[in-house]
Amino acid sequence: MSHLLEVRDLEVKFALRFGDITAIDGASFKLDRGEKLGLVGESGAGKSVTGFSIINLISKPGYISKGKVLFEGKEISSYSDEQMRKIRGNSISMIFQDPMMTLNPVFTIGFQMVETIQAHRNISKAGAEKIALEKLKKVHIPSPEQRLSQYPHELSGGMRQRIIIAVSLLTDPAIIIADEPTTALDVTIQAEIMDLLQELCASDNMALILITHDLGVVSQVTEKIAVMYAGKIIEYGPTDQVVTYPVHPYTEGLIKSIPGNVVNPGEDLVQIPGMMPTLTNIPPGCAFNPRCYLRQAVCTKTTPELKDVGNSVMAACHMRYKGDGRTNQ
Amino acid sequence: MNSENTILSIKNVVKHFDISGGFLDQLTIKKGKICLEKVTVKAVNDVSLFVKKGETLRVVGESGCGKSTLARVVMGLYPLNSGEIYYNGNRIDNLTHAQMLPVRKKMQMIFQDPYASLNPRKTVQQTLEEPLRFHNPDMSNGEIDDKIDLVMEQVGVDQAWIKRYPHEFSGGQRQRISIARGLILDPEFIVADEPVSALDVSIQAQILNLMMKAGRERGLTYLFITHDLSVVRHISTRVAVMYLGTLCELAAAADLFANPRHPYTNALLSAIPKVGEKGAKHIKLKGEVPTPIHLPTGCVFHGRCVYADKRCSAEVPLLLEQKDGTFVACHAVEEGRPID
Repeated sequence: MSHLLEVRDLEVKFALRFGDITAIDGASFKLDRGEKLGLVGESGAGKSVTGFSIINLISKPGYISKGKVLFEGKEISSYSDEQMRKIRGNSISMIFQDPMMTLNPVFTIGFQMVETIQAHRNISKAGAEKIALEKLKKVHIPSPEQRLSQYPHELSGGMRQRIIIAVSLLTDPAIIIADEPTTALDVTIQAEIMDLLQELCASDNMALILITHDLGVVSQVTEKIAVMYAGKIIEYGPTDQVVTYPVHPYTEGLIKSIPGNVVNPGEDLVQIPGMMPTLTNIPPGCAFNPRCYLRQAVCTKTTPELKDVGNSVMAACHMRYKGDGRTNQ
Repeated sequence: MNSENTILSIKNVVKHFDISGGFLDQLTIKKGKICLEKVTVKAVNDVSLFVKKGETLRVVGESGCGKSTLARVVMGLYPLNSGEIYYNGNRIDNLTHAQMLPVRKKMQMIFQDPYASLNPRKTVQQTLEEPLRFHNPDMSNGEIDDKIDLVMEQVGVDQAWIKRYPHEFSGGQRQRISIARGLILDPEFIVADEPVSALDVSIQAQILNLMMKAGRERGLTYLFITHDLSVVRHISTRVAVMYLGTLCELAAAADLFANPRHPYTNALLSAIPKVGEKGAKHIKLKGEVPTPIHLPTGCVFHGRCVYADKRCSAEVPLLLEQKDGTFVACHAVEEGRPID
């Protein structure tokens, strides 16, 4: 049986003056109906580009140089713009980080919602408004009738993000890609939005790809997690397993560096030395090797592949492959 | 409250911003008459607190609660509407610019955005030597160079990079340089306004460790402003929780996390996502944060609080000391109404 979404060995490059740089280097993952996947990493790790490339939203000079994206068994990565437009915002919707930037400030909420539905379906304005209202109710917006005639600036950040979620639901998508949906919001609002996303996935059997840098959020919401570093997925597996028994030293460091997680208050935090390399000068071998405490000679020579390390977890680390006594058991 | 080891205390501080604009913007029509109306943002309302020597006091709250305004008021960057600020027992909010100079040497600020807080046209050396030359005109060039080298080493930036400009550094390194600038005058008291929120998680840990180390080595007192609660527990002695320009709760960090009293603190703490905790229960607040232009009557939190009653909507709760030394501003806590 085919998966709802399958990304196979995806490679995205950006053509720059001094040559191509590889933003995503061989990412593969699968998503089934109703499943929630977290894409985690620091800025520049390639998590957003991965999200964009699923619906081919990569603009020039970027391009998909290798690999496939399969949606319901069809290879959508080779679709033309016209074919792609039927998928984007229809079967696969995207929620962006900044709710201030995503809504058009000069049109009312109602106008923008009706426009979206009419772009995908042959439906009257009244019919579209009815759907819009229904979706606004679904995201628990107080007095939804009133909101349709309001402009984005009249609403708070949390409310705007709810509207955007409502817009993304308009065409009953099978997958929602949420790119840092709560980074611009306060913690109490973040908790509400995350609850809402989980509730919607459960009620509509919708799949979610949550792109974030916040491991806390990911571990609360998702079932699967993919940790990215310098354009590569370096660990992939069930969220509970990965956050409790991280295999890759980077994942381990990331989890330990969260204050209040491992050490006692007042003690020094566990820190990963150095910083992530820029994509133009990725070190040879494992990209993480200059910051890694497990580094051996092999790490600076050959690039580790994503391999099964047990407990349905895949990791890319020479030092942690099965059989060397340092697996995640 | 004002014991020997209090380094800073602020009393009934009020800071409002007039946003009504020019004369024509203020004109409104009310009941058929033309009148002038001023619009003010009530950023900080009647806040009193004190900071003990050597402690790290955290001010937490969501955006718009007035925590950054409080930091700037303390530093003397904004004039007060009313209230008093004391530093080492001396009042500093009514000083002239010249009188303030020796105090400024002792109080330094680290800002949130290392991209905006460093002058892009100055090299690291110029940035670091400017405060030294300004406050110590007698210092020789050699002394200044030694001092810069020492501070650069402490914050972990290679001394060879001294002639570089800010754009040549990454965010984490820039924040190290900002910290170096804060430390170069050997201050006693540092106000840090969200120093790590613009940085990546793995870099955050590096900067927090650096600040804690500098604090230990130099015996610094920190006033830390943040919205990130997971950081709070880690490096604070005491925590002050703000909501809509008012102080809700002031408690020792361990007490606050183990036993939050104020309903808002409760909700805030339950909203922190924790790694490895699935489907944790959040306390849901009703409604949205009101604007600080039209503050609610009584307790500013009453409209969103599930425990609110008539008294809460009429009377402003006072920040009262509890048995264990925690300060809480809540009628329900004061009356012993059940809260959980």
